[in-house]
Amino acid sequence: MIALDAGLAALIVALGVWVIRARSAFAAVAGFLAYGLLLTLVWVRLHGVDVALTEAAIGGGLTGALLIGAAARLRETEVAARSEQPGRIVHVAAALAAIAVTAALAVGVLTLPVPAPSLAQEVAANLAVTEVGNPITGVLLAFRAMDTLLEAIVLLFALIGVWSVAPDGVWGGRPGPQHRLDPNGILAYIARVLPPIGIIVGMYIFWVGADHPGGKFQGATILAAMWLLTIMAGLTDMPPISRRWLRVGLVAGPLAFIAIGLYGAMAAGAFLAYPVGFAKPLIVVIELALMPTLALVLALMLAGAPQRSAVR
Amino acid sequence: MSAVLDLFTIVAVACGAFFFLAGTTGLLRFPDSFTRLHALTKADNLGLGLVILGLLPRVDSVFTGCKLVCVWLLVLLSGAVASQLIARSQRRREMNR
Repeated sequence: MIALDAGLAALIVALGVWVIRARSAFAAVAGFLAYGLLLTLVWVRLHGVDVALTEAAIGGGLTGALLIGAAARLRETEVAARSEQPGRIVHVAAALAAIAVTAALAVGVLTLPVPAPSLAQEVAANLAVTEVGNPITGVLLAFRAMDTLLEAIVLLFALIGVWSVAPDGVWGGRPGPQHRLDPNGILAYIARVLPPIGIIVGMYIFWVGADHPGGKFQGATILAAMWLLTIMAGLTDMPPISRRWLRVGLVAGPLAFIAIGLYGAMAAGAFLAYPVGFAKPLIVVIELALMPTLALVLALMLAGAPQRSAVR
Repeated sequence: MSAVLDLFTIVAVACGAFFFLAGTTGLLRFPDSFTRLHALTKADNLGLGLVILGLLPRVDSVFTGCKLVCVWLLVLLSGAVASQLIARSQRRREMNR
């Protein structure tokens, strides 16, 4: 097993160097996608299957699609940008800064006391109270529910940031380009065959998150991918961002989360505390409410700022 | 019985690994996009299929085995679609040249 781990580590470092040195943005993105898949394997080897799932879904899938779109957009100006590349001194300074950060991290990890300070024991001892079997879900939605709430709200802010770069003329319009439907094309075929399977897999990953690796975030990413697939194939179109149902869907998840938090303040004495015996049902309600919002936010973030007016 | 199953797993996974190796060699050595796609998808589909076939006797429940087979079928589907998309865009590019 040590050979496997050493090989994995060597591959990651080599691929990292390759991505930095790649001449074209597109090649760098392709390398970065493979890098994400290798990182997924590393998380599996570290027994962090939840993190591995997230890395595969968000780091590999969603970020990859985002970066490919960015590279395609930048292709025309890439040659011009290369002539403005910083000189040797800046390169060396950047490399030194990166090495210093890595070294500081390494020193930090290596000088941790043994055993390392950890709350894992306490989580394991108190997990039964939440009636959730997966400790990650227990931490994310019971012990540190505040972080998860803020995370959901941060995503919403990020989406507003993406929208804010829209030109005035198309504000409230449809994000992304209009994709033409090729009725006999292979993309239309897969966009008809895959979504039913993808929706079931997404819901399954969401549901098993209570007791096994998985959860709303990974499930929502799959749902968002299915929706984007039908849009890219031209079977459906992005809704205009001014639609009322869209706006309601975007805030519904965090609002439900906050409402349950306030209920906890009244019934259990603290914001986001769950009354005894109600932890599991309330966690399920929060996850159910957050999942559609997350799928919407992730898909819309990938689609980008509005580009076309609302009318076709 | 378990020795026979062990042998089956070893042989099937080794064959699968061989197909992955062959596919990678083809990807690196073949002259154009179409033959490279051929090497990649054909060998990977077979390779993953053999690896999963070899792992099937080791699963602890029928459900897990079904999930493994589902993974293979989904990879088959995505491999076929992705290679079709790449090949079509490549052919369009060559016809425009």
